[in-house]
Amino acid sequence: MRLDALETRGLRSPVQRFLKLILRDKAGLFGVVLFAFVILVALLAPTLAPHDPLQQNLRASRQPPAWHEEGSWDHPLGTDNLGRDMLSRIMYGTRVSLTVGFVGVVIASTLGLVLGLLAGYTGGRTDSIIMGITNLFLAVPYLLLVVVVASVLGRSLLNVILIFGFTNAPLFVRITRGEVLRIRQSGYVESAVSLGATRTRILIDHILPNLIGPLLTVATFEMSGMIFYEAGLGFLGLSVPPSIPSWGNMLAAGRQYIQFSPWIATFPGLAIVVTSLSMNLLGDWLRDLLDPKIRRSAS
Amino acid sequence: MKPILEVRDLQVNFDTVDGTVHAVNGVSLDLHQGETLGVVGESGSGKSVSMMSLLRLIPQPPGRIVAGEALFRYGDQEVDLISLKKRPMVSIRGNRIGFIFQDPLSSLNPLMTIGDQIRESIERHTSRRGTEARKRVIELLDQVGIPDPEARYRNYPHQFSGGMRQRVMIAIAIACDPEIVIADEPTTALDVTVQAQIVDLMNRLSEELGIAVIWISHDLGVVAGIADRVAVMYGGTIIETGSVDGLYAHPRHPYTVGLLGALPKLHINEPELVNISGTPPSLFAPPTQCPFEPRCPWAFDRCRAERPPLEPIQSASNETHLSACWYDLENDRPRRRQA
Repeated sequence: MRLDALETRGLRSPVQRFLKLILRDKAGLFGVVLFAFVILVALLAPTLAPHDPLQQNLRASRQPPAWHEEGSWDHPLGTDNLGRDMLSRIMYGTRVSLTVGFVGVVIASTLGLVLGLLAGYTGGRTDSIIMGITNLFLAVPYLLLVVVVASVLGRSLLNVILIFGFTNAPLFVRITRGEVLRIRQSGYVESAVSLGATRTRILIDHILPNLIGPLLTVATFEMSGMIFYEAGLGFLGLSVPPSIPSWGNMLAAGRQYIQFSPWIATFPGLAIVVTSLSMNLLGDWLRDLLDPKIRRSAS
Repeated sequence: MKPILEVRDLQVNFDTVDGTVHAVNGVSLDLHQGETLGVVGESGSGKSVSMMSLLRLIPQPPGRIVAGEALFRYGDQEVDLISLKKRPMVSIRGNRIGFIFQDPLSSLNPLMTIGDQIRESIERHTSRRGTEARKRVIELLDQVGIPDPEARYRNYPHQFSGGMRQRVMIAIAIACDPEIVIADEPTTALDVTVQAQIVDLMNRLSEELGIAVIWISHDLGVVAGIADRVAVMYGGTIIETGSVDGLYAHPRHPYTVGLLGALPKLHINEPELVNISGTPPSLFAPPTQCPFEPRCPWAFDRCRAERPPLEPIQSASNETHLSACWYDLENDRPRRRQA
């Protein structure tokens, strides 16, 4: 038998390999499914939600969840102090949280990637200027900035996203720059230079692919962080206007009723936890998937 | 026939906070087509720096090529690698002159397949694209002795053993049919049996393809196995050069004598390994005297006053055996001053 025939025998087919790859990391798989579920809920909120999230009904206010003896399946997770359906509000709140997290991270990582690459790859004066500004930004108390911007520009989703995008960019700048410096020193970049590769080629073939792993991990982590902070700002009344159902606003509203109607604050809190968890698991899973060494090993 | 590479009086400094390091102090050498030149010396003797300077691969700053020229002849062209503009320099690297590094694992991008990494150089320097480039890669993998090249094309570096990775590096270095390959200690990170295979491979390739090889090493044994000529470096300069047979049999420089004497001998029972006492010179001082003088048993006042030039040895037969020493070891007396 020929050598290549021998080697092909006993090899998994691409489909089998892909399945094996997905199935072996149970925690990662759980994260992927959970995250897909959260995204689906956000996308399909108008179809899935049993009620209009803004529809008030003071006669049915503070109704407990369905499994409670006073609850009803008309409002599976109960109602809030104004009689709005909790489940519907949480579903719509997913949209706010995911938008803030996703767009915020895209802005922060794009800014960070461009500036970090510039700083790390050109070095010299460009590096000093970019890193100077970055460090200046890091020194500004972030919550104070948010309060100032929110009170000057008013409460809006766009403002929250922009604030998160800009205030998180310095972190991405620093990580990108550090990684670029590390990769620039690596043997394969040195070797590429000795082969006559141009700076652009080295950037595209060697630096960017090796940046993706670490940046992706930070990005998912930051995304769940932003969802957290959005909720925190909402709780302080600095995030989106109260008319928009967001988890932070719901938490804030539920605070005064926590003693007698704990579900009003509990469910949005749970939603935040589940979403953050799914993102962190997803981040680990993606990073492993992008590393050929881990991707190839059997377990 | 003119040598394809002619290096004259190459000087490289490094500016550090402690002062200027004179890493390479006037290296001159010739390389002829198809010939293998071994460059030996201990760590810090300037062998890597001088060879990397030829392709201007040292970081500048802190590195600085202060003087010298390196005439490289290929086709009907003649260029000075030291004064060459950046753009033509980049098109010589990896194309007309290939480079092989010491550590084959860190020299390969972990996220790129082996095939793509070899292909990168081909597509950079030749007009081969697509299937044609792929065919060339597979041909190269086969040429450097990697079994089942079609399947191996898609493998990642971590799936290769150390010896196989070094074969890949060799494939990359010869991908564009270069005139010269500079190999910087290519076998140091490998175990002895694999070393022998790599040496055989390089011998075969340089013979088949007519490539001139500069083989940097601190292993006199490996160099004896591969080189036609040897240049011994010490303190940033070549102190002796000659054919492998001539130089190993009749070393003329005290440092070479010490180096060869320090090789462990298997046929006699040595109670202790022989060494050269003392330490290599500090390279901060400007080179005004013989760098080996402090460790040399034959040193005399002239060695401290003047730096000996690399000159032919009178007694040598017709071969070009040069040594940089004021002492005539053969006749055991100081060399006579020329008028």
